[in-house]
Amino acid sequence: MTSPLRLCVRRTSSEARGSATLVTLRLPSDVNCIEEAVELVTRHCLAGHDATRTIRFRLRVVLSEALSNAIMRGNAEDHTKWVEIRAELVPEAIRVSVTDEGPGFDPGTVPEPLRPDQLDEAGGRGLYLIRKLVDVVQFNEQGNSICMILRRS
Amino acid sequence: MGFSQTKGSSGVVVVQVDGQLIVGNRHELKDLVQAALDRGERRMLVDFSRTGYIDSSGLGALVSISKRIREVGGELRLSGLNDDLRSLFELTKLDTLFAITETPEQALTSF
Repeated sequence: MTSPLRLCVRRTSSEARGSATLVTLRLPSDVNCIEEAVELVTRHCLAGHDATRTIRFRLRVVLSEALSNAIMRGNAEDHTKWVEIRAELVPEAIRVSVTDEGPGFDPGTVPEPLRPDQLDEAGGRGLYLIRKLVDVVQFNEQGNSICMILRRS
Repeated sequence: MGFSQTKGSSGVVVVQVDGQLIVGNRHELKDLVQAALDRGERRMLVDFSRTGYIDSSGLGALVSISKRIREVGGELRLSGLNDDLRSLFELTKLDTLFAITETPEQALTSF
């Protein structure tokens, strides 16, 4: 069966800016596509670059969580809607954005999962993990696109 | 990737997670545990010695099955988390909610 994922990888190198990799991937809103998408983006983004085990693990975690949120909450698992990933590796950082076709949300309304009344809840840890594992988290104004920056040093 | 289930002389049901516990397979684990509870099993161990990754949905599934097991007076232990996975439990403070041991053997003697 042909994979529904659409991958594009571009590598550039210059004396002034060093080597860089840009990976874009488009996937349908199906949670069963998350694993393959994470594997593809992580592998192509880090190929040929030094990356510690911690960086690899963090990239994998935050990408998985952002995709889960985009597919299940943003696009409400509507298989006609798509999720776009853009992962850019430059010498000092990895910058990953995940955008869905949903109406967006206000990240300020997500409850703190470590509150005693929330600790025993099944959901609500994805965004918290992202915030803990990357250096910068930004949302667009609509709230349907998250940008995560992971410094490499 | 998947789940395997054994029950040894200790009487504890051991569920081995091979590969990953993620959004795509979390219901399979929940159903497996529910079926064991329906059979009357009350002591369970989920072992992650062969697990590379758990996402937040997987963590949530563990919270759910822990509640179900407690509701019927059972006990749940977790074992075999590598350093990366353990860090996820620590970040989310779920290490305070679960009884976690390094090895399945240690877990089996702790029931």
